[in-house]
Amino acid sequence: MGRIHVRTRINGEATEFLCDPRQTLLDALRDELQLTGTKEGCTTGDCGACSVTLDGLLVCSCLVLAAETEGHDVGTIEGMAQGETLHPLQQKFLEHAALQCGVCTPGFLVAAKALLDREPDPSEKQVRYALAGNLCRCTGYDKIIRAVLDAAAELRGDTR
Amino acid sequence: MSDERKYRWVGTRPIRHDGVDKVTGRANFGADFSLPGMLHGKVLRSPHAHARIVSIDVAPALALEGVKVAITGADMPDIASEMGTAGEGQVDYAEVSRNVMAREKALYDGHPVAAVAATTSEIAEEALSRIVVEYEVLPHVLTVDEAMAPGAPILHDHLRTAGLDPVPDEPTNVAQRIEIGRGDLAAGFAEADEIVEHEFTTQMVHQGYIEPHAVVARSGEDDQSVVWCCTQGPFTVRAMCAKLLGLDVSKIKVIPSEIGGGFGGKTTVYVEPLAVLLSRKAGRPVKIVMSRQEVFRGSGPASGTRIRVKLGAKADGRLTAAEAWLAYEAGAFKGSPVVAGAMCMFAPYAVENVKIEGYDVVVNKPKVNAYRAPGAPPAAFAAESALDELARKLGMDPVELRLVNAVKEGSQAIYGPKFRAIGMVETLQAAREHPHLKAKLGPNQGRGIATGFWFNAGMQSSASVSLNEDGTATVVSGCPDIGGSRTSLALMAAEELGIDVQKVRPVVADTETIGYNDATGGSRVTFATGMAVIESARDVVRQLRERAASIWGVELEQVEWNDGQALPINGADEGELEPLSIGTLARRAARTGGPISASTSLTARGAGPSFATHICDVEVDPETGVVQVVRYTAIQDAGKAVHPGYVEGQYQGGAAQGIGWALNEEYVYDEKGVLQNPGFLDYRMPVASDLPMIDTVIVEVPNPTHPYGVRGVGETPIIPPLAAVANAVRDATGVRFGDLPMSPPTVLARLDAR
Amino acid sequence: MESMHYESPATVAEAVRLLSDAPPGSARVLAGGTDLLVQMRIGRIDPALIVDVKRIPETRGVAVRDGALVIGASLETMTLRRAPDLEKNFPGLAEAAALIGSDQIQGRASLGGNLCNASPAADTVPALIVLGAQAEIAGPEGTRRVPVAEFVTGPGSTVLGRGEFLVSLHVPLPAPRSADAYLRLIPRTEMDIAVVGSAVSVTLDAGGTCTAARVVLGAVAPTAIEVPEAAAALIGSTLDDAALGRAGQAATAACNPINDMRGTVEYRRKVAAVLTRRAAAKAAERAAGRN
Ligand SMILES: Cc1cc2nc3c(=O)[nH]c(=O)nc-3n(C[C@H](O)[C@H](O)[C@H](O)COP(=O)(O)OP(=O)(O)OC[C@H]3O[C@@H](n4cnc5c(N)ncnc54)[C@H](O)[C@@H]3O)c2cc1C
Ligand code: FES
Ligand code: FES
Repeated sequence: MGRIHVRTRINGEATEFLCDPRQTLLDALRDELQLTGTKEGCTTGDCGACSVTLDGLLVCSCLVLAAETEGHDVGTIEGMAQGETLHPLQQKFLEHAALQCGVCTPGFLVAAKALLDREPDPSEKQVRYALAGNLCRCTGYDKIIRAVLDAAAELRGDTR
Repeated sequence: MSDERKYRWVGTRPIRHDGVDKVTGRANFGADFSLPGMLHGKVLRSPHAHARIVSIDVAPALALEGVKVAITGADMPDIASEMGTAGEGQVDYAEVSRNVMAREKALYDGHPVAAVAATTSEIAEEALSRIVVEYEVLPHVLTVDEAMAPGAPILHDHLRTAGLDPVPDEPTNVAQRIEIGRGDLAAGFAEADEIVEHEFTTQMVHQGYIEPHAVVARSGEDDQSVVWCCTQGPFTVRAMCAKLLGLDVSKIKVIPSEIGGGFGGKTTVYVEPLAVLLSRKAGRPVKIVMSRQEVFRGSGPASGTRIRVKLGAKADGRLTAAEAWLAYEAGAFKGSPVVAGAMCMFAPYAVENVKIEGYDVVVNKPKVNAYRAPGAPPAAFAAESALDELARKLGMDPVELRLVNAVKEGSQAIYGPKFRAIGMVETLQAAREHPHLKAKLGPNQGRGIATGFWFNAGMQSSASVSLNEDGTATVVSGCPDIGGSRTSLALMAAEELGIDVQKVRPVVADTETIGYNDATGGSRVTFATGMAVIESARDVVRQLRERAASIWGVELEQVEWNDGQALPINGADEGELEPLSIGTLARRAARTGGPISASTSLTARGAGPSFATHICDVEVDPETGVVQVVRYTAIQDAGKAVHPGYVEGQYQGGAAQGIGWALNEEYVYDEKGVLQNPGFLDYRMPVASDLPMIDTVIVEVPNPTHPYGVRGVGETPIIPPLAAVANAVRDATGVRFGDLPMSPPTVLARLDAR
Repeated sequence: MESMHYESPATVAEAVRLLSDAPPGSARVLAGGTDLLVQMRIGRIDPALIVDVKRIPETRGVAVRDGALVIGASLETMTLRRAPDLEKNFPGLAEAAALIGSDQIQGRASLGGNLCNASPAADTVPALIVLGAQAEIAGPEGTRRVPVAEFVTGPGSTVLGRGEFLVSLHVPLPAPRSADAYLRLIPRTEMDIAVVGSAVSVTLDAGGTCTAARVVLGAVAPTAIEVPEAAAALIGSTLDDAALGRAGQAATAACNPINDMRGTVEYRRKVAAVLTRRAAAKAAERAAGRN
């Protein structure tokens, strides 16, 4: 079996690419499509740096075969801002200094957005558990959790 | 000079300049770079802890379609022993070379023995499996106890114990013995009303940066090589690649990418020289990205240790004597941070009679590298745990005990110099007043406190400030930005120039664009590179004043720089002269003498030490031994916090790493010396749900040698948590844990033995 | 480096044909891939054919049918957890499913994969066994049902024969005043493989006396093990502390664990008792709240 022709949607855009049958979605995004915003920290599902959504569900792109995305919708960090406008999560991460080195940031943002899409008003504990699949070694998580809670409030329209 | 000064920009929390790139995925990290026609390199690593390499046959690998080159130790020059700097420490280039690629022997599980470059990474991987290495497996040693035992297997036949007089002519695994101290130890203990004595062990741990090491190297027919990589020290990478491959430094250019964490672990080379060599041989660019497993097995973790501490004190708490014995694993080559550990462990205290003996011991594990305050966390764990026991024996509050003994301005540090203004007392006072210390504890909960000290580094930095034609500015430095240092540098330039920080563009340059810089490490960038930026910016301001003076036809002394504009003073203000803004002066620069810029290269001295006090509450499940940190407060002296948000981030990140070190992180080896947990599933770093919010208090005792009073803050935060957690567990359970990590099985076994 | 084939059949029959036609041992079923892809990545397996079963409707749904909750073998737990019938009927199974990995892992991981991977530490397997769940298997000879309790035969091995795969899991709806609970121990709060797991189901009579119980432990033996002695200690009692204590002791006695980097033999034995006691108390509390 040679390379597989895959038709998918990435960040809402119809996309076609060729991949090796063993190739992961992570590798296809980075190497075939030059979407390097999705990061690799482990390739074994342990760090969350490679987080993307597949039909709206949060997944590790290192644990999805590229071939599996045929006919499905993939969402990556590159699709998060709307043109010139950052998503409130992105803005709050900046305001709260929720990144130091920033390599975990795309994964956290994608995961946090998946959480807020399904749970608009999470508690601190819910945020911590929902983001437990994303490792950050720089921040101790404090500012990340605050940024997510603050973004959630803004998205709900809470004024404080 | 630094006190009472009002700042416009320093101390504010602007959004970082590289922020938008980093939240949108645009920022390029090590592995994000590619070149056309690039080959993929892979490294074959020893599966044995200790083995003689009888032969290596790469021919079967080269026979595979798509494989372009293969190298072994024989392809690298056998360079002579020569010391050089890496990060904050010293290394022997001959040993760096042997660590990057084994020669006679493989010295640890994961030690590189060969490397290939092929058209795809899958082919390169397949090629590795075809390389035939014949090993003669040798007995190995994994701990300081095993390595120091009589008759232990020897790693290096030529190694002799330095620091003994005379140096014995016996092969040994003890590379060095050191001793520091003062006063009369026996008299000190004789004087004591209470004495405590404890023994401690800690395990090898890893920095755990999320981004694996990655490099792309391209070499040309003109003998030049360009190296793109994620590193804390682009100039270090340049020096080491040149040294290890026998090239002139001018033949190598290093372009640092964004860096996904380092914590000291990216201050030396691993795959970088191999990529350069492969690219030179292949005549094509070569990319090597380490896997997570390779990072654990084959980069530079931090030492496992064994430490004994004995303290004596009067009934009022005054320490009369402090004695310690430390042995640190260096990994496969000499050079553990035992010296720094010894120097730090009692540094917060004014004790007159001290003796500390330290041993640097080679073992069959990866060569250790710097990890945030290298050497200090295990030593402070021992010292601060012993102090906690002493406080209990004396019936004293642990904060009071530390206050009674705290060093102040003028105290003679145990490691030598007299302290200038320092904040040890201030952090303890801040702890005493913090609501955390007064909060009630629940069932099965306990509270611990501990302090930490780190020297901080100055070292060499270069930076330039250029004024753009519209009055904005560019700041160029050569120190990769690991945690917001670009913005801190921009804040300092903005402060001096008197312009909005967002009008300053901070840039991290490659090794050909800026003068030499030591690595980002030692908590030195905001301090030392910051000094270079301030000096450059002040030079720019002087030039701006000169231009204004010439436009006005007045003397330089008659021009003052204030809030981004030149103002006439000293008599010049009596006329009709309108202030000249930086924008006006910049636009007129071409006609008043040309472009305005300045660069500064310096060796920064007087990095003020930073002290911290941490407070930790834990809850222990008495039936399962699971320890949960339920509240945490990190208090530390920053001198002057240039960007408080990123200072707090350093405190919080360091605390989290220290908590991981205390509770669950460790390298686990099997009886063959093979690493059992080279992945994030079983090397258990704290996840978000493991931690509470980490409260911070920034104490500011200005550092007298810095124009704004800045001290490095990056390293101290990892020092107190090990003991703060252990002291809290002691408080909750009545059991003193001297062995880290306090993982659930260990804790339950001790609790049940109560 | 042989090339690998990837197929994603849309019917049970097609999947069976692909699996049957492949040389023995060369084909692997792919559900969420959270075990399979990791094993491929670390080089433990190198399949020539991957049969992705996620396009087969029978492996996807979750619905009550004929007195049982039928869970598609490849349905990801993140979707399963949102099924109203799961939490309501089987809080213990819901608990176990929610424990697997992270939210990212849950976006892929299936109960079928958890079972077929046959790890002794799989979290949902003890929870399925205490509920008397059945596995529906499709193969060249048609379909058959096997109790989940008999499905795993050893670490990494199952009753699945050549050409067979798991289609769905059938969990009988609980009797009145019955409930389940699952607890596991890991060193961290998340992202770990169970050091010990304990699932308990109980049925109470109107007076609060336990009339039926099952206790199954994970990660303390080569497969999940049922502990009838622990169940016996619960049955006939009011699930008072003494009965819970006896159940715990029985759990400890039944353990046949190994020492590894995740836990010692001694630790696993002790914790098996603690978790069994706590899980039984939790199940009892839930059962008492149901009529
Ligand atoms: C980071 C991480 C954390 C994890 N944490 C946990 C945890 O906490 N608890 C836990 O129990 N597990 C955990 N796991 C393991 C794994 O996620 C689970 O076992 C999961 O349920 C597997 O499901 P899957 O759909 O991904 O299976 P797959 O990987 O697709 O398959 C697993 C195995 O089962 C076979 N298989 C799958 N479906 C079928 C079928 N329908 N018929 C026949 N054979 C089939 C496959 O061939 C393969 O051998 C973790 C894994 C990772 C990577
Ligand atoms: S790279 Fe996918 S989880 Fe780490
Ligand atoms: S900011 Fe560096 S890993 Fe999270």
